[in-house]
Amino acid sequence: MPTASEVKARIEATIPGATADVQSPDNVHFNARVVADAFAGLSRIEQHRLVYAAFEGELGGEIHALQLKTETP
Amino acid sequence: MSEQSTQIRDAIAQAIGENPVILFMKGTPDQPMCGFSARTVAALQALNAPFAAVDILPDPRIRQELSALSQWPTIPQLFVNGELVGGCDIVTEMYESGELAETLGVDQPAAAEPAEEPAVGARPMGIENRLS
Repeated sequence: MPTASEVKARIEATIPGATADVQSPDNVHFNARVVADAFAGLSRIEQHRLVYAAFEGELGGEIHALQLKTETP
Repeated sequence: MSEQSTQIRDAIAQAIGENPVILFMKGTPDQPMCGFSARTVAALQALNAPFAAVDILPDPRIRQELSALSQWPTIPQLFVNGELVGGCDIVTEMYESGELAETLGVDQPAAAEPAEEPAVGARPMGIENRLS
């Protein structure tokens, strides 16, 4: 099971320049706030898809839930 | 893709096309089986917005085909006029900002209370509840 710091590292590796603040009470449910220049001009859907791309196939499985808030700096 | 998968995907696409507001969720609006689905239903109900709902739990292929179609991995998923609006986080954020009412073409009730605790970022200070 991934830890909050692994989830943070995955998000930051997937989106260059992103800063992720990730919390998890149980390593199954995660709460992430992601700030990235790359979100500029994108819809919320597109912003969340960029983050989801770090977890191909794992969301809903190992990572039961990823509560997400995306922002530009 | 098997013939049955194609049939399920076609049925999903048709449902999205025929219902101006449709929510794919775990459980039903009266009996949501997941907190995220419950919160999304609560936002729609707070706006008195009529919506169609599909329970994805009875057959795992519904979720598989829905996610393949929408390119969105999680449940719930809200579609308005054939377009994916988002899941629980986006819908809640849009509810709080009034954008959801706008998207749905309904009036935001004057005394609209957030469906649940506002998101962390919506508070004036970044205080998080670490007690639970």
